[in-house]
Amino acid sequence: MFAGLLAVARRDLLLAWKRPGDVLNPLFFFAMVCTLFPLAVGPSPEQLTFSGPGVLWVAALLATLLSLNTLFMSDHEDGSLDQLLVSPQPLPVLALGKTLAHWLISGLPLVLISPLLAMTYRMPGDAMGVLMLTLFLGTICLSLLGSIGAALTVGLHRGTALLSLLILPLAMPVLLLGANTVSLAAGNEVYATGIWALGAYAVGAISLAPYATAAALRISNE
Amino acid sequence: MWKFFHQMASPPHFYRIAKVLIPWFAVPGLMLIAYGTYAGLFVASPDYQQGDAFRIIYIHVPAAYLSMMAYMIMAVGGGIGLIWRLKLAHAVGAAAAPLGATFTFLALVTGSIWGRPMWGTWWEWGDPRLTSELILLFLYFGYMALRSSIDDTAKADKASSVLALVGVVNVVIVHYSVVWWSSLHQGQTLFKKGGPAMDADMLYPLLAMILGFTFLFGAMLARRLRTEVLYRERRTRWVRDLVMSPEGGL
Repeated sequence: MFAGLLAVARRDLLLAWKRPGDVLNPLFFFAMVCTLFPLAVGPSPEQLTFSGPGVLWVAALLATLLSLNTLFMSDHEDGSLDQLLVSPQPLPVLALGKTLAHWLISGLPLVLISPLLAMTYRMPGDAMGVLMLTLFLGTICLSLLGSIGAALTVGLHRGTALLSLLILPLAMPVLLLGANTVSLAAGNEVYATGIWALGAYAVGAISLAPYATAAALRISNE
Repeated sequence: MWKFFHQMASPPHFYRIAKVLIPWFAVPGLMLIAYGTYAGLFVASPDYQQGDAFRIIYIHVPAAYLSMMAYMIMAVGGGIGLIWRLKLAHAVGAAAAPLGATFTFLALVTGSIWGRPMWGTWWEWGDPRLTSELILLFLYFGYMALRSSIDDTAKADKASSVLALVGVVNVVIVHYSVVWWSSLHQGQTLFKKGGPAMDADMLYPLLAMILGFTFLFGAMLARRLRTEVLYRERRTRWVRDLVMSPEGGL
């Protein structure tokens, strides 16, 4: 059963390797949004320390959203999505494989470069670790939630704007938990609750979201 | 028992039944609202802290309650539609969504008007209920946008039902995360746990308003459902017969 998952994930990673733009664009977007804020609100260190966790988290959320509409689109266009639907492998597992590849391509790089951007916001060292941990868990949640939205909107004309409208309200708890946990850590307060809650969300999303994605894919491709 | 459900699920039968039911919902609903409005505005004594400003709860509380009720109806209807493939259940979701969004909007507006004298601001991010109600409004918008952007009705039904079910799981998480979040930002809450006991002359009008709004919601839902059923069945024989009949289909 996991052979199917790995095969799907490996194929998507190979495709991303051949088209590095897909990986780099959300990353540049993330870095650029983080650059915009100090330019807009001014370079004073107190303000940057205060707004840093929120800005980094919102930027990460938007960057993930940006990369989501390509999740099933090219597969839908060249017909390989139909092959996934008729394959004997269970569809939720294949959907999980695609989401895993999406996270490795768009989520993990964000986690890895986030300390660099956090440094420019003068975030303390301890909080940086918490930022990476919350982004690690949070991007998993966002990829999984996003895969439901991407599956619902695949093949629609106004897909991108609609996808944001569907996913953003669902993603709000993740943003809220993630950004505030980092704020707490930056202020030397107790932050464990947020990490546990995000972890619980991630576990719940891994177990439930693939079924919703699979159901949505079947509906979209009737 | 099962025969009753099958009959109700048949569109022509439902169309006839709903017509009979609407006045049974609308008349008690309007009567209760008339009583509640009168008693709430003129009979109930002013609150010792909030003065007359508290009277907005007679609109606010029923609207807030129905905003969540309508979402549950939408999600349960979607679930029934997906599992048992009842077309009528999907129509319930389609008919309930704009009503739910309207009540959510009403709850937000009245909450904000109430907040002006109480908090000194039209909008208070620190209040968890206001924030989760706003997110609920966005969830309604997403549901309606998805529905309207898929042309094929059967496909739109199923896709939006999946979204409603995903949303209903999330609404709970949204609520608790917002409560956790606002407890970080706000020192004291305006509403004490349990709250001060309400006087009978304040409470009865409120109960009447809640019940009256629910009845009125039922009437409006039935009214919208009739239109929805008629539109969905527009190519069938019974609709054609109905339209061609001497009464003109009404």
